[in-house]
Amino acid sequence: MTNADRALSAIADPTRRQVFERLAAGPRSVGELAEGLPVSRPAVSQHLKVLKEAGLVADRAEGTRRVYEIDPHGLGALRAWLDQFWGEALAAFKAEAEKDPS
Amino acid sequence: MTAAQIKPAPVRRSVFVKCSPEHAFEVFTAGFDRWWPKGHSVGSTPQRAALMELKAGGRWYEIGEDGSETQWGKVMIWEPPHRVVLVWSVDPDWNCDPNLHTEVEVRFTPEGGGVRVDLEHRNLEAFGARAEEVRAKIDNEKGWNSLLKMFAAQAEL
Repeated sequence: MTNADRALSAIADPTRRQVFERLAAGPRSVGELAEGLPVSRPAVSQHLKVLKEAGLVADRAEGTRRVYEIDPHGLGALRAWLDQFWGEALAAFKAEAEKDPS
Repeated sequence: MTAAQIKPAPVRRSVFVKCSPEHAFEVFTAGFDRWWPKGHSVGSTPQRAALMELKAGGRWYEIGEDGSETQWGKVMIWEPPHRVVLVWSVDPDWNCDPNLHTEVEVRFTPEGGGVRVDLEHRNLEAFGARAEEVRAKIDNEKGWNSLLKMFAAQAEL
């Protein structure tokens, strides 16, 4: 999978998108994220794992608890988007350049 | 090590094109408007044309339907038909920021009856600094939320 595929499939799940949106507002622990969401803590942990693998979310220790936040540079999503963006642009370029390949 | 020192990997994409390097270079640069997806626009009005000036230091910009020009960046290195390096100054809010310096290098390498075009978008750490500014803004409509909307739109294609 490319970066874009990974990030897109990560964000395609509605619950995972909710988790991601909550993190966009600021760092949260698993417990804080689970509050108000219709899913269990282990399920939230599983969603966080997927988001982490997609490069969208990072975690760090804060005292005795683990806090999740959007990737420190906010670059996971941006990289994935650029990856997709340039992929589409190059495909269009190839089609044009091969129209009349003199 | 602080977060600011993390250097993100460039975005790299390649495509093989069945034509000469000269033709590929010409289409990529002089013919930019012929292939650039019209939806890839940062201007405030719909895009009429996307252009680059064919020289080092030249502008890279789009012209809207209303005639307004929005600059995306500029041509940094001009080496036809081998290489062009562009400066991309479009920020995470999808506005043009002249102070934002990321680079898009495009190399054209002859390969078995055609040309391999390698694109590298680098210096993404410059986005990082801007992305943090965006996130720090109280107005959450910009930055991450707009990215999320884009993601949703892309995911539904």
